[in-house]
Amino acid sequence: MDVPAFFFTLFSTVMIVSAILVIAARNPVHSVLFLILAFCNAAGLFVMLGAEFLAMILVVVYVGAIAVLFLFVVMMLDVDFTEFKQGFLQYLPIGALIGAVVLVELFLVLGNWVAGSGSVAAVTTPVPPGMTNTMALGRVLYTQYAYLFQGAALVLLTAMIGAIVLTLHHKVGVKRQNIAEQNARTPADAIEIHKVASGKGL
Amino acid sequence: MTVPLTQYLLVAAILFTIGIAGIILNRKNIIIILMSVELILLSVNINLVAFSAYLGDLTGQVFALFILTVAAAEAAIGLAILVTFYRNRGSIAVEDIHLMKG
Repeated sequence: MDVPAFFFTLFSTVMIVSAILVIAARNPVHSVLFLILAFCNAAGLFVMLGAEFLAMILVVVYVGAIAVLFLFVVMMLDVDFTEFKQGFLQYLPIGALIGAVVLVELFLVLGNWVAGSGSVAAVTTPVPPGMTNTMALGRVLYTQYAYLFQGAALVLLTAMIGAIVLTLHHKVGVKRQNIAEQNARTPADAIEIHKVASGKGL
Repeated sequence: MTVPLTQYLLVAAILFTIGIAGIILNRKNIIIILMSVELILLSVNINLVAFSAYLGDLTGQVFALFILTVAAAEAAIGLAILVTFYRNRGSIAVEDIHLMKG
């Protein structure tokens, strides 16, 4: 077995085993940690395919952001997760059946699949020779797919605003600054002027 | 490349199936369901990057990047909804979520 085949087998085996453990682990914290392992191994597969930029982005975005977000939420929610596992055996037959059907269908597609003769000729963005993957990707991303890039930015902006709006939580009974109310104040309702005669109070 | 394309597609297919099975098996635990969705998106990404590498076309990697973006957005929104739901109802059981109508 040569070196690429060995590493492919290593990465894919560990990835698949940890993916199985993600859905089978009793403790959701373990699930998240196995998810991180699966993502790291997928990044290894991406490096083997020559997609270094995506591999690093996978580590940064998936492991560094998404998986940690999952970890925070799992640890923040005080939920008894063991009761969720009770339906596992009950759903196991139908889950295994649907999984087997999907897998067989995918294998049938793969078994009969051949690349069309025109598919390589129809390549719209060929990899330029002698250029790093990141540079080549950037040249395509910021020119040909500029609008899609902006659309992706819009998706992220929407997600950010949505997440903030959903989770921002104002406690009742806490005194807060109301800027609109402050700005709407006029001298008429802020101060009162009295002429006070000498020797008499108000 | 010594590893044939079919093997990458095979691995991606197995990962996709694990994701589908995870959604069905863990119907009560919405956090595991969200993680299964992440696994499915990862398998799609592997497919795209494998085709991109073997056809010498960068478009697949660009689209994998966009899928990564959407996955990040989906996880953020999903977990935000989860936290809000837990705050309002004190539980994240999937059976209780049928009360959210309209």
